[in-house]
Amino acid sequence: MKRIQTLETRDLEKSVKNGGCGECQTSCQSACKTSCGVANQPCEKKTEKK
Amino acid sequence: MIHQYKLNGYNIVLDVYSGSVHVVDEVAYDIISMFEQKSEDEIVSAILEKYKDSPDVTEAEVRECIGDIAELKAQKKLFTTDPYASLAFDLKSKSNVIKALCLHVAHTCNLNCSYCFASQGKYKGERALMSLDVGKRALDFLIENSGTRTNLEVDFFGGEPLMNWDVVKDIVRYGRELEKTTGKHFRFTLTTNGVLVDDDVIEFSNREMHNVVMSIDGRREVHDFYRKDYAGNGSYDRIIPKFQKFAKSRGDTGYYVRGTYTHRNVDFTNDLFHLADLGFTQLSMEPVVCAPTDPEALTEEDFPKLCEQYEILAKEMIRRKKEGKEITFYHYMIDLSHGPCIYKRISGCGSGTEYMAVTPWGDLYPCHQFVGDEKYLMGNIWDGVKNEAVRDEFKKCNVYSRRECDDCWARLYCSGGCAANAYHATGKITGTYEYGCRLFRKRMECAIMMKVAEAQDK
Repeated sequence: MKRIQTLETRDLEKSVKNGGCGECQTSCQSACKTSCGVANQPCEKKTEKK
Repeated sequence: MIHQYKLNGYNIVLDVYSGSVHVVDEVAYDIISMFEQKSEDEIVSAILEKYKDSPDVTEAEVRECIGDIAELKAQKKLFTTDPYASLAFDLKSKSNVIKALCLHVAHTCNLNCSYCFASQGKYKGERALMSLDVGKRALDFLIENSGTRTNLEVDFFGGEPLMNWDVVKDIVRYGRELEKTTGKHFRFTLTTNGVLVDDDVIEFSNREMHNVVMSIDGRREVHDFYRKDYAGNGSYDRIIPKFQKFAKSRGDTGYYVRGTYTHRNVDFTNDLFHLADLGFTQLSMEPVVCAPTDPEALTEEDFPKLCEQYEILAKEMIRRKKEGKEITFYHYMIDLSHGPCIYKRISGCGSGTEYMAVTPWGDLYPCHQFVGDEKYLMGNIWDGVKNEAVRDEFKKCNVYSRRECDDCWARLYCSGGCAANAYHATGKITGTYEYGCRLFRKRMECAIMMKVAEAQDK
C-alpha cells in the first residue's frame, strides 16, 4: 500500500484460540511493582503465535 | 476502535482489538480520521480541498487509498469491534491457580526513605523477619496451588530482603530441591536497596536469581533526598559502586535499576541518563504512589512536563541505539509480534488470584501493596485462601469491570491497570487512577512510536 505501512503484530483475535497457557510472567514480578501494564510481558509460547 | 496520533514525525494508527499498528502519510491519516463518518465521495472532496496545493494528491490516488483502508478493515486490521467481552466474563469463573508469590522476607529496612509505600518496610506493623520454616512452607503452598503451571515466580521483597539474606539463600536451595521432585521451575527475583550487597550476594544471585531489581532514583541529589539511612545520610555513594559491580557481573540480562520519580524531579530523564552514564543499561522509573496532599505528589502542572520527558526519553533511546549504545526502559519494552495473548491482556497482573504476597508470618494478601490492610487479608500459607470474597473481588477486577476503560484505546495494553493504585485513588480496586492512566497512555504512544521508527529504518 502506497500510503500505509502495517507493522507485523500478533493477531489478538487468533490468540483467543492459541493463547491462555498462563506460563507468562506475572506483570508485577519484574520491575514495576507499582504501575501494572501487560504490554511489556513476553509470551512464553515459542510457537503458534500467529 | 482505533487511535490516531502524531509523534516524532510519524503518523500512527492503532487498531485496538486486533492489535494492529499502521504508520501512514498525512493523506491516509486524514482519510482514516473520517472513514467511518463520511461517504467515499465526501472524503474525496474533503481531501482534494485540503491538499489542493499538492499536485501528487489526485482523485485517483485518494480513491486508491480509500480502497486500501477498506481492505484493511475487511482483513480485520482497522476499525475492528470488540470480540472479547464474553472472554472477560469467563475469567470470573477461572480456576484458583496461583503461580507467583511475593515473599516479604524482611519487614524492616536499613534505609528510612520518606516516600516508602511500605512505611520503611514495616507496612504499618511491627518489624519482622520471615523464618526459614515460613519460607519453605510458602514454596510448598505455591506448588500445591499451581495446577499445571510449570514456571513459578518468587520475589524476595521487603523492607530490605538482604537483612534476611541467609534465609533467602536457604529458601532458594529448598526451591531447587523441590524442582527435582515436582517438575516445577522457580524464577527467583531479588529487589534490594543495595546497602548490604557484597560478593556473596552477587555470586549467589548471579547463579540463582532470574532477575535483580536494584533501587536507585538517579542523580545523587535526587536519590539522597529520599533514600537516607536512619542517621539522615544519603545512600548514593554507598550503593552506586556496589550496583555497578552487580550489574556488570550480570552481563546485560536479568536486572533492572529501578527508580521512583516525584514532583521534585519531573525532569526524570536526567536521572535515567545519569544512570545510563554510570553504565546501567536496563532501566525502570516509576511515578510515585502517594496521597495527593503529600509534597512529592505529582501535580496537574507536572503532567505536560512529564509527557515531554517521556518523548525526550524515547527519542534519545532511538538515537543511542543507532550509535550502538542501546538502553532499555521497562515501560518502553513492547513486543508487537510475540507479546501477550488476549487472555493476559484482559486479566492483567493477577493480583489476588494468581499472584499473592506473603508476610513474614505467613499471611496472604492480594499483593505487596495491600499488605497491612486487614480488609484484604486473604488467609495464610497453611490453611490457604479463606477470604473467598476478596478473591472473587479480584477475579472480577479486569479491564471489562471498569466502565472508565470502555472507550480507552490503551485498554488491551494496560489491562485495567494496577488494582492498588485504583484502590488508593478511588477507594475501590475497580476504580481507575486517572493520572496514572494518562501517563500510561503517553508511555504506550512513545513505546509504539519507537517500534514504528525501528520498522521505518529497516
